[in-house]
Amino acid sequence: MKPWVRDTITSVLAVIVFAILTGLAYPLVIEGISQVAFPGDANGQQIHLDGKLVGSKIIGQSFTSPVIGKNGKPEEKEGELVTEPDPRYFQSRPSATEGGADNAAASTFSNHGPNSVKTKEADEENAKAYLELNTNPATKAEYDPGLTVAKIPVDAVNSSASGLDPEISKANAWIQAYRIAAVRHLSLASVDGLIAKYTSGRGLGFSGEEGVNVLELNLALDRLTGATN
Amino acid sequence: MTFAGWFTIIAFVVVVTALAFPLGGYMAKVYAGERVLFTPIFGGPERFLYRILRVDETRGQDWKAYAKSLIIFSLAGWIFLYIVLRTQDAFFVPHSLNPLAYHSAPADVVFNVTSSFLTNTNWQFYSGETTMNYLSQMIGLTVQNWLSAGVGIVVAVALVRGIIGRSGKSIGNFWQDMVRTILYVLAPLSVLVAIVLASQGVIDNLSTYLTVHTVTGLTQTIAMGPVAGQHAIMLLGTNGGGFFNTNAAHPFENPSQFTNFFEMLSVLIIPAALVFMYGRMTGNRRQGYAIYATIMIMFLGAVIVAYVAEAHGSPAQHAAGLHTGVISGSGGGNMEGKEQRFGIAGSALFDVITTVTSCGAVNSAIESFTGIGGAVPFANLSASEVIFGGVGTGLYSILLYVLLAVFIGGLMVGRTPEWLGKKLEAREIKLAGLGILITPLAALFCTALATASKAGRASISEVATSAGKLGIHTPQAFSETFYAYLSQANNNGSAFAGYTGFIQPNAGNVGSHGISFADVLGGFDMILARYAPILFALAVAGALAGKRVTPAGLGTMRTDNGTFVVLLIGVIILVGALTFFPALLLGPIVQGLTGHLY
Repeated sequence: MKPWVRDTITSVLAVIVFAILTGLAYPLVIEGISQVAFPGDANGQQIHLDGKLVGSKIIGQSFTSPVIGKNGKPEEKEGELVTEPDPRYFQSRPSATEGGADNAAASTFSNHGPNSVKTKEADEENAKAYLELNTNPATKAEYDPGLTVAKIPVDAVNSSASGLDPEISKANAWIQAYRIAAVRHLSLASVDGLIAKYTSGRGLGFSGEEGVNVLELNLALDRLTGATN
Repeated sequence: MTFAGWFTIIAFVVVVTALAFPLGGYMAKVYAGERVLFTPIFGGPERFLYRILRVDETRGQDWKAYAKSLIIFSLAGWIFLYIVLRTQDAFFVPHSLNPLAYHSAPADVVFNVTSSFLTNTNWQFYSGETTMNYLSQMIGLTVQNWLSAGVGIVVAVALVRGIIGRSGKSIGNFWQDMVRTILYVLAPLSVLVAIVLASQGVIDNLSTYLTVHTVTGLTQTIAMGPVAGQHAIMLLGTNGGGFFNTNAAHPFENPSQFTNFFEMLSVLIIPAALVFMYGRMTGNRRQGYAIYATIMIMFLGAVIVAYVAEAHGSPAQHAAGLHTGVISGSGGGNMEGKEQRFGIAGSALFDVITTVTSCGAVNSAIESFTGIGGAVPFANLSASEVIFGGVGTGLYSILLYVLLAVFIGGLMVGRTPEWLGKKLEAREIKLAGLGILITPLAALFCTALATASKAGRASISEVATSAGKLGIHTPQAFSETFYAYLSQANNNGSAFAGYTGFIQPNAGNVGSHGISFADVLGGFDMILARYAPILFALAVAGALAGKRVTPAGLGTMRTDNGTFVVLLIGVIILVGALTFFPALLLGPIVQGLTGHLY
């Protein structure tokens, strides 16, 4: 047999054998182990409420409500639902996913460049929306006294990498706490207490940044004051 | 910048070195055929595999035979993967592995994807959760994550064998090296890493996508899949192709602060271990340390620049009036395209790790990095995968540079260049030179073609065009294009992700089409820049294998001391800078030096 014929036979056999070993056996073994040993984690840390699936603990969610138009129906723009942030809930970070924020069926980032006018405009728009949301519509005063653009934490303005960031910075949460306390008639201390409760620590004490899990925090708020929906 | 940030960087360097050292020793034993920890478990299966593959593992191959086996094996793998990806909705695909009834991506896109995974690049014009079904992810992409990693490693091993060869032509047996790499190196590590990741929240299931009724009454669909296993091997094999579109930024692939650190270790562990393995195998550990020091110095330089630049923030942020310094409860910095849990240090460090190696998994959007922060991955890629580099590719690439450095050093002191007792002659230097230059040539040629042609510019994203001026491209557009072909040529796979080769209006590929120019050019870019250097590296191995060893004399230039480290760094930077500097000026450096907004 010529060497290249022998190589070809071995190659074909090797691709089939390794496909079975590394493409079926390996992933299925890992899946089996994961499902048996860590079923909650393996299935995405689902959170159920009254028998309904309300989210995944580690997937960011958009806490916005559809805008109801003059005709009494939810407004749509270019085939997408128009939504506005619900002031009763802590808001997640800006998300660049298509088909609405925090679309967990198609994760993506914005690709906004560092020297781009578009980035600046997006930042300005997000900062403006953040200020507006954290301003009492009746008194026109910021819930967090003295809040200005320069005081908004960057994570509240810059969009996340996955478009599904489940966390916000503590500084971001502390600012929003003023609004939540006012709207839900809670003491600021009790809201800040909840924030501390749902803050994840650095890995091994040094890796990464602390973050506040928005979904868990909002669910805890609803448990405290009753779901307002 | 924070104390914790700097501490993360230092801790990472210490931990990865401490882990890589014993692993390097272990791998040296594996490839020498000595008894190791896993021999009792895998010894039987190893022999069984040789039998069913009809391999005579005792027969050594010269470099040409070794290369032939490698090329034919790769070709078979290419055809298999192409067929898998093109038959996503065929009758033999069970519903449970294609729960959303996805069609196949178009031929040009699949050509690109196939070439990409074969070459350990994992450049992805597609996004996983809207394009690939579970069967493609498993028996298609995951398989090549293993095999392409294996191919890289065995070439490095073969080159080292050539360097230490005392007589004859054999540089080992390709099939034996492949089987051993998969069984003794990749399998134990992958299983370990996959289980640790699964225990920390990386998902692994075959469910259909979840439908969530959110707190405020909206509907959210959450993509699922068999992630943990694939994610583990794609990190370890420095493949980098994410299960989901946003790769290691996706919470299901990288759920926490801890997993981020753990994943960074997983990426760098094998490339780092290979350097120590080299020291052991050649019996000259000091030279292994010298190469490790060279790499580590360049690595740290890159990390420091990236971290400082990202912590400073971007011109766009400052123009919008944002304060980017550290405040109580926020790390500040350029958080565009970064996740809260990783922060600036965790994103900058990950970015450098993934671009010095050929991994290309990202936990943040590189296109949104600041000009200087974004110039770091460019610089890493311009050094052609020698700062750790991909599994195997990194070692054989830097050994070609070592050859060049020894040659230049020899010329400077006026002696015949000698390396580990072997005289270096015209043939080896020519081969090494070609091996070094082919990747930059491929990258620059493709970039020139893509920027100069209308078909190439069709891939440039809308965000990289001037605001309000349709079709006027900004420096970011050049960066995007350049990065695409540079990343593919270096078999890296990370992206300035605005550059696209796949138009996909709907999930599941209905109505989608590829941008053939970018798909095909990129595909050939990857294949050429992968296999040509491999052939040159193996040819060098063959040329060195037969040389006689002469004992080192007083006049021999030492290749294991500080002077040599400086010389080697100089050669790497010089070659990289001379080839790439003009192109870098047009993109990332312009972006980095100006506060002007485009």
